[in-house]
Amino acid sequence: MGKIPVSLIEKKVAELCVEANFDLPPDVEEALKRALQEEESPLGREILKDLWENLRIAREERIPICQDTGMVVVFVELGQEVEISGGSLTEAINRGVARGYQEGYLRKSVVSDPLRRVNTGDNTPAVIHYEVVPGNVFRITVMPKGFGSENCTALGMLKPADGVEGVKRFVIGAVDKAAANPCPPVTVGVGIGGTAEKALLLAKRALLRPIGSLHSDPFLAQLEKDLKEEINNLGYGPGGFGGRFTALAVHIETYPTHIAGLPVAVNINCHASRHKTWVWDGESDE
Amino acid sequence: MLLSGVVYGARDQAHRRFAEALERGEGLPLDLSGQVIYYVGPTPAPPGRVCGAAGPTTSGRMDVYTPLLLSCGVRALIGKGNRSPEVVAALKEFGAVYLAAPGGAGALLSRCIKEMEVVAYPELGPEAVYRIVVDNFPVIVAIDAEGNNLYEFGPSSYRKKNSA
Ligand code: SF4
Repeated sequence: MGKIPVSLIEKKVAELCVEANFDLPPDVEEALKRALQEEESPLGREILKDLWENLRIAREERIPICQDTGMVVVFVELGQEVEISGGSLTEAINRGVARGYQEGYLRKSVVSDPLRRVNTGDNTPAVIHYEVVPGNVFRITVMPKGFGSENCTALGMLKPADGVEGVKRFVIGAVDKAAANPCPPVTVGVGIGGTAEKALLLAKRALLRPIGSLHSDPFLAQLEKDLKEEINNLGYGPGGFGGRFTALAVHIETYPTHIAGLPVAVNINCHASRHKTWVWDGESDE
Repeated sequence: MLLSGVVYGARDQAHRRFAEALERGEGLPLDLSGQVIYYVGPTPAPPGRVCGAAGPTTSGRMDVYTPLLLSCGVRALIGKGNRSPEVVAALKEFGAVYLAAPGGAGALLSRCIKEMEVVAYPELGPEAVYRIVVDNFPVIVAIDAEGNNLYEFGPSSYRKKNSA
């Protein structure tokens, strides 16, 4: 049985918040590079070049990739055999977020109440999803989520009779409605099945998959390819000014569902698809 | 197009306060007549820099307030994403333009910002009103004073028919 002090978790969360905002994962950068080579629209290519240059400046000069440094979504995989010592895990994560956003000069974009709207001043609280898993493991992923893309989220409680065609229409419709707002080229996360909230969570988790990785189920992999092609036929392109690359990737995740239902959720991420993970190495250091 | 000069940064809550002030008959906290509004909420400036990342936010959220501000003499708006038919109509009526800056290029755009200071509502933090001096700030005319809309005609030439 391993023991992880909350102080270590706080420190790691702070680091992940900062790194996520300065440095995109290599798969995202690779996908943008490929888009730049293949984009047909001259203006689209200009935008992609700007985004590419933006990533370089962010990394070298330690400036956030985007001014919307997001509300922080955190995914925790907590092994059943692990003990978290020294205090509350949730509080440690939130302290880590506050520290990272302060030390990294990141924007504080969270208001304490959705209707009265007073800024909390430290970008907390985070939205934390816990999953308890077997074993002596601890894994934490920080995903600063901008709201230009989050506001484009859609949930559809379709009928089983709507089938694959219904799902495609719904997903394409959501991206069509999002248009230029989520800063295309985007990654489209699709959650199918479960209940309403399960579908939404699947859609968000789907955004964490490496860009361009296909689903292990060939049927769903084909659906991902078809959806990507049809989304790119919408023509929005980089920045929404017209072009071939509206989506860099479509990722689908599914879950069993009820005989009466076909929930579908769409969660979009902008090209600034920021996320960083820390995996505990099993040593109870610090 | 490259823009140089003064623009005013204002986003959601600042717009709401502008509208409320006008409704109360108080007038705006600063004279926006003939000025440019940039929809931006920058990240804090790290030591030794004028500002942090400062790219455009989604303009559509400001649509409900925009015709009112255009009627106060605002000449141009900078943001990202399409606008409502009401905004397009108001741009035509008041002879103003809507400019788009590259969305999600906040680090790149910060290089074109030479000065930045809060001039109203400091308690709103990133949603305060900023006076910003820009130099060679890249923008594209997205909707002109005749209502020609790049967000409509741009994608239409790349749109292909889908089966679904
Ligand atoms: S959608 Fe993404 S890239 Fe665009 S402004 Fe928001 S966080 Fe930045």
